[in-house]
Amino acid sequence: MADITIRAVRKSYGKNPTLHGIDLAFASGEFVVILGPSGCGKSTLLRMIAGLEEITSGEIAINGKVVNRLEPRERGCAMVFQNYALYPHMTVAGNIGYALKVAGVPKAERLRRIEETAKIVGLSDYLDRKPAALSGGQRQRVAMARAIIREPNVFLFDEPLSNLDAKLRVTMRAEIRKLHQRLSATSIFVTHDQVEAMTLADKLVVMNKGVVEQVGQPLDIYHRPASIFVASFIGSPAMNLFDAAVDVDNACLTFGGTKMPIDRGLATRLGARQITVGIRPEQCAVAPEGVSLKVDFIEELGSGRVIHSELNGYPFAASVDEHTRVRPGDRITLELPLAHLHLFDRETGRRIEIDLAPRAIRSSASQPTLQAV
Amino acid sequence: MDKRAAFRSWWLPSLFALPQIILILLFFYWPAVAVLRWAFTLEPPFGGAAEFVGFTNFQEVFADPLYWNSVGISLAFALCGTLATIFIGLVLALAVDRQLPGSAPFRFLYILPYAIAGPAAGMAFRFILSPERGLMASANAAFPDFWNPAKYGSHALILVIIVFAWKWAGYTFIFLLAGLQSVPRSLIEAAAMDGCGPIRRAVDIQIPLLAPTLFFLLVIMMTEGFVGADTYGIVARTTDGGPNHGTDVMVYRIVEEAFRGLNYSGASAQSLVLIGLIMIFTFIQFRFIERQVHYK
Repeated sequence: MADITIRAVRKSYGKNPTLHGIDLAFASGEFVVILGPSGCGKSTLLRMIAGLEEITSGEIAINGKVVNRLEPRERGCAMVFQNYALYPHMTVAGNIGYALKVAGVPKAERLRRIEETAKIVGLSDYLDRKPAALSGGQRQRVAMARAIIREPNVFLFDEPLSNLDAKLRVTMRAEIRKLHQRLSATSIFVTHDQVEAMTLADKLVVMNKGVVEQVGQPLDIYHRPASIFVASFIGSPAMNLFDAAVDVDNACLTFGGTKMPIDRGLATRLGARQITVGIRPEQCAVAPEGVSLKVDFIEELGSGRVIHSELNGYPFAASVDEHTRVRPGDRITLELPLAHLHLFDRETGRRIEIDLAPRAIRSSASQPTLQAV
Repeated sequence: MDKRAAFRSWWLPSLFALPQIILILLFFYWPAVAVLRWAFTLEPPFGGAAEFVGFTNFQEVFADPLYWNSVGISLAFALCGTLATIFIGLVLALAVDRQLPGSAPFRFLYILPYAIAGPAAGMAFRFILSPERGLMASANAAFPDFWNPAKYGSHALILVIIVFAWKWAGYTFIFLLAGLQSVPRSLIEAAAMDGCGPIRRAVDIQIPLLAPTLFFLLVIMMTEGFVGADTYGIVARTTDGGPNHGTDVMVYRIVEEAFRGLNYSGASAQSLVLIGLIMIFTFIQFRFIERQVHYK
């Protein structure tokens, strides 16, 4: 159990800065997921916490103690690597127990703890095998066991599920979550998969290009993305984003030939400016009135379908239920409820904190059940 | 994709292959056959009628206690030289592989000695380790005769092994560094997370994973130590086989016997024995050691 504080941490390789000042604080026992596209610096940040990467400037403290100058072994972290990093010349038992062997734990106790740990991850029958004789999922379990047996203060996961097939990934995801509930060590999990991030995290950190875009609970981030980047990165299918302008005189948002009336007071508060409007595909509803779109193609998901089309030159997706009769080439009319629109300043890319459908108006909205959080 | 060129006629490809075939015949098979023939005949030093003598040449060689002395010297030289080169190369490669700041030039510097001819290196070390004026002179001043390769066979043997190791460590270094760089970085990092320092990591992770490279170098360096041109060159320029046959390695003895003693037949017989020995060693290495080196 340990809390982690990251203060103004920067990292440059030569003259190329990769992290531009990261400030984060993780509470003890929290399951933190760092999410971002490849190259955003999330793995670098994790490796700096582990002590595998030097910190160019700033401070990382574990349990209040600054660890910048400490060797990895002195930090009390255990790490699960993306490619598992199992020692190919050692058996499963050897791999799991290696940390204890290095620490000089007597053989009898070591064997006992190896067996205990192997039982937790379901590897008891494979202790004598070499990693090459294991399947991907089993290797993953060995990597986890190797981290668990050390009883670390902090678990670090570097995209541990990305080499597994889709089905196994879901299983292992659940197991990692269960394991965390059982051990309740502070865990930091790096991934580029937003589903993993949403399902695992107590606290979600979204990173892009070496900066933290947003920190918060997964649902908060889903419902109130702080920037265009976060909005486009979180959610599947991705949020629809299109450019629009605020027309203060007529109190409406204009995009293409469409005018969407908004409250006059809000229009004044927004001011005449260029914005990007976002709406999640699942919050567009087929309705008698709204924007008219031509269906390009349809993705069947079984439980529903996703209609792909184009709005004003921007790709636009809408999730509809399986009973909606629609074929490619058809025209459909979609309602974009004001309550579910996200507005972003196009220059800064940041969210405009304004509620387009305040409570009084929202009661008359077409979908009163789907209220924005 | 099949990249072989197909020839319609047989003579054109043969013509292309001819230079290579001639070279191999001229410089490899002809001498080999000549050695085989001479080993079983009494070959007059200035040519002329050779007389078939069966195994007499071999009997003479085996009866000579100096021959057995040279076998022992060769074994000691090849074994110590091999272990020293591999050990030094390994330590250097492990150090360079850590990629600490400023380590890049060393990668180049450590390979350099390999580019220097063995006899030249031997000549240099004769002066560097000369008992009267060299590095060891002060030790000799304090303890007379502490180091004197001109007087003690064991010292002379150490001297030629040092020269051999100095030159060939650069060679093993190249292979070992390449081997180390193919060990996934994440394994080293995992070991660091598991609590290992650099030395423990080397012993537990890197060296076991280098086993195939180490085995390859063991075979190559043993062969080099036994029959390498450098072995002859170093011994000839540094100690001349002495003192009192103290560094009389098999290759040196063969060349001396043939071209100074003009005993072609005896030298040829010794060559055949040497080839046989190498084959036996290599067989033993492959049969018993190679089994241990595959970790998958």
